[in-house]
Amino acid sequence: MSTTTEKPTAPGRRVPLRVLVGIGLAVSLVLAVVVSLFASASPDGLEHVAETLGFADAAADSAVADSPLADYGTAGVENEWLSTAIAGAVGLLITGLVAFGLMRLLARRPVDRD
Amino acid sequence: MHVPDGFLDGPTSVATAGVAAVAVAAALRGARRELDDRTAPLAGLVAVFVFAAQMINFPVGAGTSGHLMGGVLAAVLVGPWTATLALTVVLIVQALAFADGGLTALGTNITLIAVVAVWIGYAVVRLVQSARPQSRRLIPVAAAIGALVSVPAAALAFTGLWAVGGAAPIDLGLLASTMIGWHTLIGIGEAVITFLAVSAVLGARPDIVHAARHLTQQRPLEVRTTAEASS
Repeated sequence: MSTTTEKPTAPGRRVPLRVLVGIGLAVSLVLAVVVSLFASASPDGLEHVAETLGFADAAADSAVADSPLADYGTAGVENEWLSTAIAGAVGLLITGLVAFGLMRLLARRPVDRD
Repeated sequence: MHVPDGFLDGPTSVATAGVAAVAVAAALRGARRELDDRTAPLAGLVAVFVFAAQMINFPVGAGTSGHLMGGVLAAVLVGPWTATLALTVVLIVQALAFADGGLTALGTNITLIAVVAVWIGYAVVRLVQSARPQSRRLIPVAAAIGALVSVPAAALAFTGLWAVGGAAPIDLGLLASTMIGWHTLIGIGEAVITFLAVSAVLGARPDIVHAARHLTQQRPLEVRTTAEASS
């Protein structure tokens, strides 16, 4: 049950897990709040194909199309960068809370118990 | 390639929702075998990184763009079951909070991105790895090849779904070739990002990379089998 934290046996220096995750989160944050401003606004592969072959009109608005973060913009924030940056940061936070929580929960469950 | 609402009819969307539900239920079991105290934080990070990376559309020419799917990146780093879960979390957050990908199309998107792209891509990775199972340097290359294949594979799967319940009569051969063409281009970007990310994590912590576990773990370290036997 309690997972033994044994030292890895293979030789070589290793980056502490906390550092690795920290760097990864920092890179993700930079992508979401800075690089995202420079993302291509062109239609993606599926949208482009739908336009080319003439079935783009079939797309319907999502039921949450009016949500405050729809399309990675923050409702009521005029500044384009800030609008995307806030949406991105909130998205990372939600994803992180759910994913870290879920994975941690699953890791703590005994492996073969049902 | 987040599918919006309206592209596929009701019965097809219900069917893909069923496929997605079964896959996620299986993944909740399978992921417990892949996750431990050291890999769980990496799995959380993978989901966050994929969410962030999917915000960055890169141009692939002719006014078209694409972004990382992340299925193979996730599968190689944390295992395919955990990858299915991580990608599902990302897709649910995107659909519910960001209106990215339809709500009735959520099952379709989970099926295409969290199941088809992950598992087809991972199968390719394993196949490439089997050429030299003991090579660490082959892992990022295998991951890149799997990533390259995973994107057009999902595009082809979409074409199959369109054949069953597409909203308009489109020539299927034309749809398949156009989808595969564009998504192979996007797959090149997928391969580059996957290669870089897998290389980075492999360089820092080869011991927690799923696809490299057999290289660093020595037999006596199988803590879990011991715990299992004693329970």
